[in-house]
Amino acid sequence: MAETSGVGRGYLAVRGWRSWAFTLDHKRIGAMYLWTTIFFFLVGGVFALLLRLELLSPQTRYFSNHAYNVFFTLHGSMMIFLFIIPAIPSGLGNFFIPLHIGARDVAFPRLNLASYWVFAAGFLVIIGSLVAPMDTGWTFYTPYSAKSAAAVTTLSLGLFLIGLSSILTGLNFIVTIHKLRAPGMTWHRMPLFLWSMYATSIIQVIATPVVGVTFLLLAAERLLGVGFYDPAKGGDPVLFQHFFWFYSHPVVYVMILPAMGIISEVIPVFSRKPIFGYKAIAYSSLAIAFLGFLVWGHHMFTSGMSPLANAIFSFLTFFVAVPTAVKVFNWIATLYKGSITFESPMLYALTFIFLFAVGGLTGPFLGALATNVQLHDTYFVVAHFHYTMMGGTVMGFFAGLHYWFPKMTGKMLNEKVARIAWALVFIGFNVTFFTMFIVGTRGMPRRYAEYLPRFHTENVISTIGSAVLAIGILVMCWNFLQGLRKGAPAPADPWRALSLEWRAASPPETENFHEIPVVTEWPYGYGTTKA
Amino acid sequence: MDNVLAFGAASSQAGRVDALFVVIAVVGGFFFFLTQGILIYFAVKYRRRLPDRDNVTPTITGSPLLEFLWILIPSLVVVAIFYYGWRVYTDQRTSVAGATEVHVNARQWMYEIKYPDGRTAINEIRVPAGKPVKFLLSAADVLHGFYLPDFRVKMDMIPGRVTTLWVQPDRPGSYQIFCTVYCGTGHSNMLARLIVMPPAEYAEWVAHGEEEGGEGKEHEPLTVRGERVAKNAGCLNCHAIGGAVKVGPGWKGLFGSNVPLEGGKTVNADEEYLRESIVDPGAKVVKGFPNVMPTYKTTLSKEDIDALVAYLKTLK
Amino acid sequence: MNAPSADHHDPSVAFESAKLGVWTFLATEVLLFGALFTAYTIFRMKYPELFRVEHAKLDRVLGAVNTVVLITSSFTVVLGVDAIKRGKARLLEVCFGATILLAAVFLCVKYVEYAAKFHHGLYPRTNLFFSLYFMMTGLHGIHVLLGMGLLSYVIVLSRRGRLSASYHTPAEMSGLYWHFVDLVWIYLFPLLYLLG
Repeated sequence: MAETSGVGRGYLAVRGWRSWAFTLDHKRIGAMYLWTTIFFFLVGGVFALLLRLELLSPQTRYFSNHAYNVFFTLHGSMMIFLFIIPAIPSGLGNFFIPLHIGARDVAFPRLNLASYWVFAAGFLVIIGSLVAPMDTGWTFYTPYSAKSAAAVTTLSLGLFLIGLSSILTGLNFIVTIHKLRAPGMTWHRMPLFLWSMYATSIIQVIATPVVGVTFLLLAAERLLGVGFYDPAKGGDPVLFQHFFWFYSHPVVYVMILPAMGIISEVIPVFSRKPIFGYKAIAYSSLAIAFLGFLVWGHHMFTSGMSPLANAIFSFLTFFVAVPTAVKVFNWIATLYKGSITFESPMLYALTFIFLFAVGGLTGPFLGALATNVQLHDTYFVVAHFHYTMMGGTVMGFFAGLHYWFPKMTGKMLNEKVARIAWALVFIGFNVTFFTMFIVGTRGMPRRYAEYLPRFHTENVISTIGSAVLAIGILVMCWNFLQGLRKGAPAPADPWRALSLEWRAASPPETENFHEIPVVTEWPYGYGTTKA
Repeated sequence: MDNVLAFGAASSQAGRVDALFVVIAVVGGFFFFLTQGILIYFAVKYRRRLPDRDNVTPTITGSPLLEFLWILIPSLVVVAIFYYGWRVYTDQRTSVAGATEVHVNARQWMYEIKYPDGRTAINEIRVPAGKPVKFLLSAADVLHGFYLPDFRVKMDMIPGRVTTLWVQPDRPGSYQIFCTVYCGTGHSNMLARLIVMPPAEYAEWVAHGEEEGGEGKEHEPLTVRGERVAKNAGCLNCHAIGGAVKVGPGWKGLFGSNVPLEGGKTVNADEEYLRESIVDPGAKVVKGFPNVMPTYKTTLSKEDIDALVAYLKTLK
Repeated sequence: MNAPSADHHDPSVAFESAKLGVWTFLATEVLLFGALFTAYTIFRMKYPELFRVEHAKLDRVLGAVNTVVLITSSFTVVLGVDAIKRGKARLLEVCFGATILLAAVFLCVKYVEYAAKFHHGLYPRTNLFFSLYFMMTGLHGIHVLLGMGLLSYVIVLSRRGRLSASYHTPAEMSGLYWHFVDLVWIYLFPLLYLLG
């Protein structure tokens, strides 16, 4: 039974900075994360544009080599640690997990608030480290990072705090999903977004402590002369890589799984059909989480690991493709005989499938040992991860923002402007990044401030694409701001969707539901006839 | 030899990697066009035609057979690709007997080469065509990389360890070497070349014992020799002759100018200053630049240094 | 049907949640220390001689004393949790106070050990064995300190009359954490001090 639509301001009613700074409301905490992560997305994007500007010419022209190197480090680090890891889980996840399970809040609301402030402390420390910015790349490999004159120790502390924040959030979500489901909501009646958030949270909780220790030991090497990574002391620089990737590979699944969860929500709604293969999609999230822990070595095939170790990692790497492919097939099958409309959430969801397929199918080039040796550390890798992380996660994030905008704000977005922005983003994205597959195959290494003239053409094309992409994103942001200011009032359920968040008002009241709903069926009952 | 895309150009091994690449591209492309083609087809065919109505949509929730198939088939495909990639890789890693061993030691930002007979070089490796070469790779300071795009191979260079890479260069030519592990400011300037020579020419070169700048050329003007030294010794990886700033100060107009140093002093860039900068770079560090230049005291002969200084004086 | 389970204020839900939460947190701690134990394993396998020679420089007696101290502190924690389950707040405070005292003894012994090492010129930078020794016992020591804070907080709660036989979740959860801290030491002690 849908509740009254957004006549009042719901959870947004109480004003004043204190009502935000000390809020225990998961929706406000989620909103704070969203504002923060989107801010860092834009800042990280500016650094990307600076990179693309410099790459217009083979020799450095506007910036010194060192400045360029700092820019790609900041671009990568900000995008990964301050945007893509927290945005969907801590932003949209915080907002919608309790609504999806029919609860009033997460299991530990105060811990939730603490998570945000730890995150804030983390990014403030990271910003502080910019007095002596890093140029190591976001991977901070030793010995270079251990010897660097940059503020490595400060940055390590900042990253430690960010990591701690994500552990606490993951822990909160795991307990919430286990213990706070509404009566009647069995595991198999949960929306798939919850399954993906559950798998994501497990990864965060298990993987993040390892990267915490990784950076702790890096800081210790600089401060105390500890020698785990130092060859002069009998340590091993490659040990850093093992520790680092033990976290950083699973973390790409932290990035993609929540986005996949959003796609699983959007596709059925806009095709008016039940999701195809619910259990396969649900369990594939767990399978991806599990397999994701076994493959970190595929980032290190050229680091001198033994051929046997390489073979094992390569073999296991290929298997992560299978549960991923299952999801893609199931989403496409959901469209079969559907009744499809193309509002902006659906446009972004379909775009996700398309672009993520490109990213995913360029994975085998990198998972196969011989071609990996050719393509590792070239622009091919840069293209691959931008197709999966931006073509994938970011498109999924945009889909979620457009889908849930009415619920979070009580206002509708301008569909026409949304579609214009989408078109610019789609075109700009492909022009920017597809050329990188080509130039990487032709041998252009990554993290190069200067490059050989034979790579010039692709780089110019890519930069033009980045300008179009940037405009598209700006139009999208402008659309969001306009929507916030003067969007049409949103009904409780503008998309006629069945998951529980649409039973709450738009925007929801602080306690979400007047009465905790009792769940009697799964949330994908869109079909009108028997098969 | 600059057309990296040339199929299997540099070695037959490169050709095998290219074949694998094409196979993966074809298989991937097939699945891409199949799935995305169906996606687009469904999106168009099943678009809602009557507005504001849901039309009739069947309650299909799954198909055990289909789902089984599309777990099984991708699994088989990926195992096959793994196997193929592994086989080509294993061949690549299995060095052939009788390979010449060339030591390559990377440091910021150059490659120091040492041949079995004791000859050394910087940023240039010369080998005869048709014979296998095994590179013994290491690094002096931080991680570096050794990438031969034409041969489709690379290996990281790790301080405190020796990693290996072997190739069999079939065709004479000059092949690019890139550093592929980020190593600091000069990372993109660490360019080097593998020069594969026809066997006869190679024998000539060995016999005449060519060093850094090379003495072999009679009556060669000092400045020309100096320009050659600048290229071969890796100077141009960090110093630009046209006025731009790379890692180190530019050389244009350097000679005779007044150079501000770290610590406040200023010094005139005369011959003595230039000479000292080459053999003891840390003695006077130019203001605003890091003290990272290595010394060339043992790598360049006195004649080479004289030539270099003469060359620098010509850059106005 | 029963009262909805989706209310995080519901006491039984809150307790179950707290339990799952703490166990999940302890899982993260296992990974945290696990990374260091992994480094230990790797370097031990690589430099067996170094470990054999250097570990003898550790004071086994003090290590054993600390082991007994920590095990006893786990015992006092159990006594305290049992006490509050029977509604005995004062006894809880005494037992947790004893635990904190024992923890302080532990830290003092560690201080003595560290000072002795420094006095003999053995620092974290000296060699890989001592890098591991200081990092692992140091991280553990920080957890002991945090545990002391946690247990103090429970005592404060009890003194304010907030704990009882029907609500003693903070006590029980802190106890769980404390047992974990003890358990880590049970692994550290033989690996660092005893194994030759």
